[in-house]
Amino acid sequence: MSMIKDRNIRLALLGAPNCGKTSLFNALTGGRAKVANYPGVTVEYRKGNFSLSSLKSIELLDLPGVYGDCGHSMDERVAIDAIKGNLAGERAPDGLIFMMDASHITTHLHNILQAKSYGLPIILVLNMMDMAARDGIDIDIAELESLLDIPVIRCVAVRNTGRSHLVEFLNEWTSDILNDSASIPAIEKNSLKDLQSKARLITSSAVSQINKTVSLTQKIDNIVLHPFFGVIILAGLLIFMFQAVYWWAAPFMDGIDFIFSRLQLMVDSNLSETWLKSLISDGIIAGVGSVIIFLPQIIILFAFILLLEASGYMTRAAFLVDSLMAKVGLNGRAFIPLLSSFACAIPGIMAARTIEQEKDRLTTILIAPLMTCSARWPVYIMIIGAFIPDINIGFLGLQGLVAFCLVLGGIIFAMIMAYIFKKTLMNNSKSILLIELPSYKLPVIKDYFIGLLDRALIFINRAGRIILPASIIIWFLASYPTKSNGIIGTFAGKIGSFIEPILRPIGFNLEIAISLIPGMAAREVVVGALATIYSLNSEAIDGPLKETLQNSWSLPTALSFLVWFVFAPQCLSTLAIMRKETNSWKWPLFAFFYLFVLAYLMAGITYQIAVNLGL
Amino acid sequence: MTLSELSLNQKARIIDFDSYDSVLETRLREIGFAEGDQVTILHFGPFGKNPMSLKLNDALIALRRREAQAIIVEII
Repeated sequence: MSMIKDRNIRLALLGAPNCGKTSLFNALTGGRAKVANYPGVTVEYRKGNFSLSSLKSIELLDLPGVYGDCGHSMDERVAIDAIKGNLAGERAPDGLIFMMDASHITTHLHNILQAKSYGLPIILVLNMMDMAARDGIDIDIAELESLLDIPVIRCVAVRNTGRSHLVEFLNEWTSDILNDSASIPAIEKNSLKDLQSKARLITSSAVSQINKTVSLTQKIDNIVLHPFFGVIILAGLLIFMFQAVYWWAAPFMDGIDFIFSRLQLMVDSNLSETWLKSLISDGIIAGVGSVIIFLPQIIILFAFILLLEASGYMTRAAFLVDSLMAKVGLNGRAFIPLLSSFACAIPGIMAARTIEQEKDRLTTILIAPLMTCSARWPVYIMIIGAFIPDINIGFLGLQGLVAFCLVLGGIIFAMIMAYIFKKTLMNNSKSILLIELPSYKLPVIKDYFIGLLDRALIFINRAGRIILPASIIIWFLASYPTKSNGIIGTFAGKIGSFIEPILRPIGFNLEIAISLIPGMAAREVVVGALATIYSLNSEAIDGPLKETLQNSWSLPTALSFLVWFVFAPQCLSTLAIMRKETNSWKWPLFAFFYLFVLAYLMAGITYQIAVNLGL
Repeated sequence: MTLSELSLNQKARIIDFDSYDSVLETRLREIGFAEGDQVTILHFGPFGKNPMSLKLNDALIALRRREAQAIIVEII
């Protein structure tokens, strides 16, 4: 009674994966948490606050999606622990908002009967009522309420008008909870099987299917899941994506390049020859500018990825490649984490929490760094731009094709390594696929652009947080004590010459050896580091990095460098998240070691072949 | 027969579960498979007819052949 009164009311969002919990959470709390149209986007709990007219503040918990009450995987256990109050430092919620995709009510209704057993006040929010209506599903809300003995509220979480009914209801319901007069449903004691038959009886009287036409989603599936054309469409989409990164980015890159070269010119002509001028011009502008210039590519890449994520196509792609994944022993659920790793391995490794078999989760974590993360793109684009001719093969650009092959190379090696890990370390544990295919949806424009803006901000933020300080350090190390004998006389040269002999057989020079060290912080730092080193030490100081590289690297060196980055073990934050997700240093160290060996071997083979071919 | 033996677009009704793997049975029930439900296989994966996508009541679900073997059906 008065127990609750002196604190905020805490409500939790519960329900099956991909039913719109995070969309509602964002809409109510003004949050910007990631939303997309596939199951397993949310793998952690998060908290937010919102106000209702009758109360000061409501605390809302957004939880990972869960079908039942067992908690098979890590993310599901978080959701169930949160509801039961078993999370460290978190009390149990005062009420449950159970969300359900109204268009799947027949299949999912038993889930809310299971949720009654938490012994908390609970309401059923039927989300996506518009979609259900489109599918010809008619739901008798009053009938449903009386049969379930739970309040039922209709909702379209992504629209203001669609939420008004819910907000109105929450006003009353939270007052009831505060006064301890909200009804707590009787616990269902039946087995899951009996709950299912009870749920089916309820839907047979409260839900009717008006017209039984084939849904739009099924019509689209007939094309994109076609055993032949489906694969062609998937391959075509990916090839088009990498081509577009090249086709569309050039004018924007030129614009950014213009701004930075003007800045450099301004500094060069207005400051006298002091260390300060060198720091700003060679250190900061060259270092940060050489990375920021790739912002257009990053935005184009994510424009595609976010569109695919929001549409519902992702799970179809997972479906198409699943038999290949099954052959190497990977879990069907591994597809989404691996795909997320194309943005960055960190969210990818976290998304592996949805995999319930621990050994499959570990395997997925270990191969996630082989997916081409967005931090590799600056490296790929810079080297490809400098060394691969801008010609067309048929209607496809050669540069885009080379990028596609590097990405594909990463995927192929990920599959090979998964096979090896499963056969050796993981004892061949069995793996499953059981996933719901969501209905296709048009992206919510606001969510789409917020997602895109967030990705751009992350990229720029990294430039400021990591590349800027790294550039300053490299500038210092590559300038002192003296650069009169070239780079070799500097601290950087001395450090680099320790490593350089090891890297010489794979074609790397002293400058590359130096740049790989700060590159541990983030892969794209290598580009900034090279820019600073060459800006400081090259004769043609004002020439763009591209020309400097063309003049000082051989083609075999460039190819070897590209192949190195397919594996590129260096990324401290990836190793740190592996440590966190596996609770030991064993796996991150193992990952670093195997990636390093692969990178060294494959880059070496590439270099030797290229040299022997006389390239 | 089991769900894995159905051919494309064949309508069937679920009559039982193979109780050999109780965790899998729970998983299947939680996501929505139940006795009496109607299922139709809509698509097979491009390689080796694996996995399969099917219509279960008002939902679309993808699963591998191995998982489908745990669901006993009759053709209707």
